[in-house]
Amino acid sequence: MPVSMTAEGLPAWRRRAPRQDLMVWAGWLAALALTLACFEFISGRTIWAFVWDAPTQGADLIGRMFPPSWGYVDQLWKPMWDTINIATLGTALAIVVGFPLAFLAAHNTTPSVLFVRPVVLFVIVASRSINSLIWALILVIVFGPGMLAGILAIALRSVGFIAKLLYEAIEEIDRTQVEAVTATGASRAQVLGWAIVPQVMPAFAGISVFRWDINIREATVLGLVGAGGIGMQLQASINTLAWPQVTMIFILILGTVAVSEWLSARVRHAVI
Amino acid sequence: MSATTFDAAAAARAWRPPPLIASPLLRYAIYLGALLYAVLAAGSIEVNWARAAEGVERGLRFVSGFFPPDFTSKRTDIVEGLLESLTMTVVSTVIGVALSIPVAVGAARNLAPLPIYLVCRGIIALSRTFQEIIIAIVFVAMVGFGPLAGMLTLAFATIGFMAKLIAEDIEDIAEEQAEAVRATGASWFQLLAWGILPQVRPRLIGLSAYRLDINFRESAVLGLVGAGGIGDTLNTAFDRYEFDTAAAVLLIIIIIVLAAEYASSWIRRKVQ
Repeated sequence: MPVSMTAEGLPAWRRRAPRQDLMVWAGWLAALALTLACFEFISGRTIWAFVWDAPTQGADLIGRMFPPSWGYVDQLWKPMWDTINIATLGTALAIVVGFPLAFLAAHNTTPSVLFVRPVVLFVIVASRSINSLIWALILVIVFGPGMLAGILAIALRSVGFIAKLLYEAIEEIDRTQVEAVTATGASRAQVLGWAIVPQVMPAFAGISVFRWDINIREATVLGLVGAGGIGMQLQASINTLAWPQVTMIFILILGTVAVSEWLSARVRHAVI
Repeated sequence: MSATTFDAAAAARAWRPPPLIASPLLRYAIYLGALLYAVLAAGSIEVNWARAAEGVERGLRFVSGFFPPDFTSKRTDIVEGLLESLTMTVVSTVIGVALSIPVAVGAARNLAPLPIYLVCRGIIALSRTFQEIIIAIVFVAMVGFGPLAGMLTLAFATIGFMAKLIAEDIEDIAEEQAEAVRATGASWFQLLAWGILPQVRPRLIGLSAYRLDINFRESAVLGLVGAGGIGDTLNTAFDRYEFDTAAAVLLIIIIIVLAAEYASSWIRRKVQ
């Protein structure tokens, strides 16, 4: 018990022993030093004259962004519909692929811990670590600009996400139900269908809707690399410095994301 | 042998697992809606099948251009980009977490008065709605090209992510401990330090480690809009059709993300 003596010779409670205190301070100091060193590196690559200018630039930018060009919205409904479709179809595709992958990756359902599981885990990590924008960049080169590249980019990124969260859910199921179904003499497929799948269904629905919500957000920027959706309009407006149009696009994105987030929260609330 | 013949009456009485959505009306409405949407959405994709078919061959050529990955010929560019990404990640996480704590306290309904609560929730909503890329575009317009814009973007995104989750955690604390500290006549700051912080600290550390991991992943794409980092190197490699260098960059990203993921899950296991 870390206790020290006060000047009057009375015991006083302390949270840590002096040695521990020193360690904690050393840790904070090291973290601070690392952060400052990193900032120094960044600052060496920054033209500070531009940064000091930023408040003026920012005020100027905001001045040019308002008022939003409300009439422009008529041209945005179609791209927005495309964006929602990219997100939804991409998520649907990812669900179809990710669902079986999760069962191949989970410790308790994989056909082979030695051979199948490591391969599937690598596929999951590779899919997760590459951002959908990079996937889109690659796919646009292969398939040409358009929605198809966007849908596939969203799907490729989401497969890993859905499979990872789902296989974690599968590994956390209640073993007793599996045992009960196995005891009836059920085959492996029957155990899967009657003991495991019903247990992970709510988690699966929650994960899918959650990813859909994230994908709406991601799909808004895929157009920057030519993969369809409202990002194409955004890119065009930025390139022509049409800032009132950019503001209008931002407002539309804000509204769509708010609605999708509300919807996804409602669904997750209902199933969990 | 009557036991082997199919008994329709018995089959109709057989037990079935309860469906995920209990109300049959809602269930079939959702199925019908999904079908209708699938038809509508599929109609909206304009796939140039000739181009896509050509894409397969093009894709093969493209993928073969990836091999073998070339780490050496653009080595200085890769190292430079990597250093930018890593420093950006560290600084933005530190600044973002530091700023997110006051916002989180303000966004917790059990600590903050209503006006402050609404302001802090507004900050969170603003930071979470927009994709990092969109925020990066605005910051690049304000402070110029380079890693500083990327750092500001990631710090801004970190605030929304951390503050939302920490605020939820603060709202879920055990009220008794806060009550006990309050009963000793503690000031508001003492209440925070001794009644609230010890309860949310494990989650705070775990989420910070997770966010560090996310920030690195995001730093890999911010370069696409000129906000520095390894994404800049990747984008340049794609623009110059140096696919072997691009493959090397992608591999490095995957490896670092893998390492970061293991490290962050190790930290989270330690503190929780």
